[in-house]
Amino acid sequence: MKTYDAIVVGAGHNGLTTAAFLAKAGLDVLCLEKNDYIGGAAVSRNLYKDWIYSNCSYVCSLLRPEIFRALELHRHGLQITPYGGGVTFLQNGGYFGSYWDPEVAYREYARFSKHDADAYQRYSADTMRQTRFIREFLLRTPPDPTSFKPRDLKELAHLGRRFFEMGEDRMLETIRFWTMSVAEYLDEYFETDVIKAALSGSGIIGTALGIHSPGTAYVLLHHYMGEVDGNVGSWGYARGGMGAVSKAIAGAFQSYGGELRTDTGVEQIVVRNGRVKGVALTSGEEIDAKIVVSAMDVKRTFLKCMDEKDLPPAFYQRVKNFKIRGSSGKLNIALDGLPTFPALPKDNPLLDGDMHFIDSMERMERAYDDWKEGIWSQDPYVDMVIPTVTDPTMAPPGKHFMSCFIQYCPYRVKGQPWTDEQRQAFAQTVIDQIANYSPDFKDLILHVEIRTPEDIEREAGLSEGNIFHGELTMDQLLFNRPVPGFAQYRGPVGGLYMCASSTHPGGGVMAAPGANAAREILLDLKRNNTVPENFGDD
Amino acid sequence: MTDRYDAIVIGAGHNGLVCAAILARSGKKVLVLEAADQVGGAARTRRFADGFSVSACAHLLYQVQPQVTGDLRVNLPLAADGLSTIALSPEGRHVRMNGARVENVADGDRAAFRDFHRRMTRFADLLQKYLNRTPPRLANGSKRDVLTLAELGLDLRRLGREEMREFLRLIGMNIYDEVEERFESPLLRGAVSLDAVLGTHLGPRSPNTILTYLYRLSGNHGRLALPAGGMGAVSEAFAQCARAQGVTIRTGMPVRRIVVENGRAAGVETANGETFASWTIVSNVDPKRTILELVGSRHVETGFTRRIANLRARGNAAKLHLALDGLPDFPGLEKKDLGERLVIAPDADYVERAFNPAKYGEVSAEPVLEITLPSFRDPSLAPTGKHVLSAVVQYAPYRLKEGWSDAARDALRDRAIDTLAAYAPDLPGRIVAAELLSPADLEAEFGMTGGHWHHAELTLDQFLFVRPVAGAAQYRMPLDGLWLCGAGTHPGGGISGACGRNAAHTILKQQKPA
Repeated sequence: MKTYDAIVVGAGHNGLTTAAFLAKAGLDVLCLEKNDYIGGAAVSRNLYKDWIYSNCSYVCSLLRPEIFRALELHRHGLQITPYGGGVTFLQNGGYFGSYWDPEVAYREYARFSKHDADAYQRYSADTMRQTRFIREFLLRTPPDPTSFKPRDLKELAHLGRRFFEMGEDRMLETIRFWTMSVAEYLDEYFETDVIKAALSGSGIIGTALGIHSPGTAYVLLHHYMGEVDGNVGSWGYARGGMGAVSKAIAGAFQSYGGELRTDTGVEQIVVRNGRVKGVALTSGEEIDAKIVVSAMDVKRTFLKCMDEKDLPPAFYQRVKNFKIRGSSGKLNIALDGLPTFPALPKDNPLLDGDMHFIDSMERMERAYDDWKEGIWSQDPYVDMVIPTVTDPTMAPPGKHFMSCFIQYCPYRVKGQPWTDEQRQAFAQTVIDQIANYSPDFKDLILHVEIRTPEDIEREAGLSEGNIFHGELTMDQLLFNRPVPGFAQYRGPVGGLYMCASSTHPGGGVMAAPGANAAREILLDLKRNNTVPENFGDD
Repeated sequence: MTDRYDAIVIGAGHNGLVCAAILARSGKKVLVLEAADQVGGAARTRRFADGFSVSACAHLLYQVQPQVTGDLRVNLPLAADGLSTIALSPEGRHVRMNGARVENVADGDRAAFRDFHRRMTRFADLLQKYLNRTPPRLANGSKRDVLTLAELGLDLRRLGREEMREFLRLIGMNIYDEVEERFESPLLRGAVSLDAVLGTHLGPRSPNTILTYLYRLSGNHGRLALPAGGMGAVSEAFAQCARAQGVTIRTGMPVRRIVVENGRAAGVETANGETFASWTIVSNVDPKRTILELVGSRHVETGFTRRIANLRARGNAAKLHLALDGLPDFPGLEKKDLGERLVIAPDADYVERAFNPAKYGEVSAEPVLEITLPSFRDPSLAPTGKHVLSAVVQYAPYRLKEGWSDAARDALRDRAIDTLAAYAPDLPGRIVAAELLSPADLEAEFGMTGGHWHHAELTLDQFLFVRPVAGAAQYRMPLDGLWLCGAGTHPGGGISGACGRNAAHTILKQQKPA
């Protein structure tokens, strides 16, 4: 029977990225996917008539340009179109817009507060400085601070050097930034509640934390460190939906000779004599490989798809304690036409961007309190986009697709599985909130796909439906991610690797974990490195 | 100017007194000016009803640094040492804790707590070493700073690989996840959560609460002692020690401003118009008041003023004092148990729920309480046969939405009494007198901005290198001649004396001729 050089379990964007770089290096790679479509949580799905839904992730920015170039994703059809700004609707009928043009942004902030308009420039510069610091480390393997290996010491020294280069003042500011809450961080700059509420959303999207929880300022970076066309911090749509990203990476993988099998669920990763032997499929078939790379999150990999006795007990315990919490849901909506928002003039360009309906810090935090009690937010933070305004390929002419990301939504309702009534009630909460600002919205709805964390877990395989494959808190970042001592993509069993968002640098459609894992694998196999390493920052 | 001193300390809080005593021991002529009529700052004994006295703010000692008492050779007056904590259960099945021991829980919890305590105290010991030193500067520092940083790195490695990893993982984590993972008993979970959040604006689910828990253990591993004569007696012991070294302490002398001449601190002016000259002004007052009120922002650089203004110092704890005509009966407790520390935090979710309203400027519907009956061990505090009850009530945000009116204060007092009554039904009938000090009262009474016990919130972004603010963690302020020595500096609040001691040694070192 054939033995592959490598099997990658899961054809999400990270799994495909690892697979592509390994295949590019000349390895014989098989990538397996349980669903009958690829993409994991970066998918475009046709669930209603001629509409295409980006039914999990919905906007694109974090995808590393080095990876885009190295895998020549443009040749495989990937186009990313930037969109501009966004808007927060206010309860008093007004709005607060965010604009890319700094001068327009200044005027908009000044409409609320001259002080805040001035502060925004300081805020942008300070946040961008933190972003620059972290960006370089996205495509680097985290050093092990407890190790004395030359490579780890060298990398630690590099990290230290970069840190010390900032100068004392900024070093101290960085320490504070990494540990404070987004609410406190914003308090240091702004006085207007609306402005703080509008900016704070990026600190909590996808996390089981509130805006007042320490550590959420850092999460901001996960929404600022991306780029589109070289514009750091800007966001865009993948033409044809987020599935286009996965499809392009899969195209690259196959062009290097890789083999992709969908509808092929892996039951177990097989270990013999302390080394991986291959995988056993749900169909009963076994496939052998020299190495196995898991693109599933760590909980699913080690608790569901491996035998406890094959793993060191301490490691197994750590994985069990790994925090991976469902905190967000989605509604994907097919619309008969473009809804109107009376607060804004018709055809206002702000409607091209993301829309929000929470205008105070208190409402933001109260949304979190509901989640802690095991229910969905009664007044949720909704991040809503209508990609079809920019990308007409996703719906029939004149019709639209709307994606609503909802924070917070628990994995289980008070610990019990979701009932259908609860799912409907959850959707209604969101629809009602939007309808408060758009009177014709409800009448335009043709179809709604409701996705609770439970649904996301079932379909995309993300444990508890956590979009980042694990909380982005300090105890689970950098050399602590996914668990201390195993942050360098190698599993606790010979020949086993991890390449998904549970590893450094974490979630988002970034493909960096996949690329970093491929680099480590090629290093172990003494192959030529195909993964870009040098970071060409501006 | 009237008199010239080698150093003037503003505020006779315990840190100010410790600092003054150490400076004087090195031959400095030191003056301490205190606004109130007695020394102690927030560590004071307060007579709140005829014949009834109580520790006005903190009521238990657990954090006095052995380095401080050793350095000053001072013996603190204790009525009892090694108190247990009893986590009160609504059903009367109370859980008793002392050090690594827990009673009245399942065997699994007992073992789990022992392991947890062992690890936590080990990490706390590492922390403690650095709490008793001036934080090193990260750059532009001296050779000593570099050595301290290297030593810190080495100490971390010395923990051993697994423990170092665990330390680096735990330090930013929340206590909630730890207690939920480790313990079955809700009471145990609640009591540990309470220890992690007492005196802070944090709930058990807030990241960083492992750090605050470690901070609490970093002195004597959390060993609890009850001062004899209330906390004022502890301050008096430090004051005695200072006087013995030749320090002049003048009470009833509120400082109005710090005199700045030619861009440096040159003395202080008191409310009655007297001035005192010195090239070394050490403020035991919290950083915000020191810089923004006593110095005035025009004398310091804008960036620094902004940081000080942004320093978070909004208290969240109120203090309840009850005069009782006899001992209350807590069903499930024996009489002797009333001398221990009692806590009402029946589970971690209870504590988190108590915290929720505080975020919106509201008081807890069901507050968390840390209770002592100090007169049980120390009869001097109440008339014969009568008793005092002292309780920390959380959460009571400084910035109450409705403002701290008399009505708001009374409402919280009654709510706290109702909460107590659920565990001691006869207690309301025994109350002779009652008072509640809100954070606003604590601010007015002790001059602490925001009524915050730690002078500034204790979170990672206001800790170690960045306490009170970035660029000022070495006790020296960016105004020549001005130093801080209070709880707003490294390492933080609590009756520890470390701030005052570290500040004094730093001042002496800097003034040594090169």
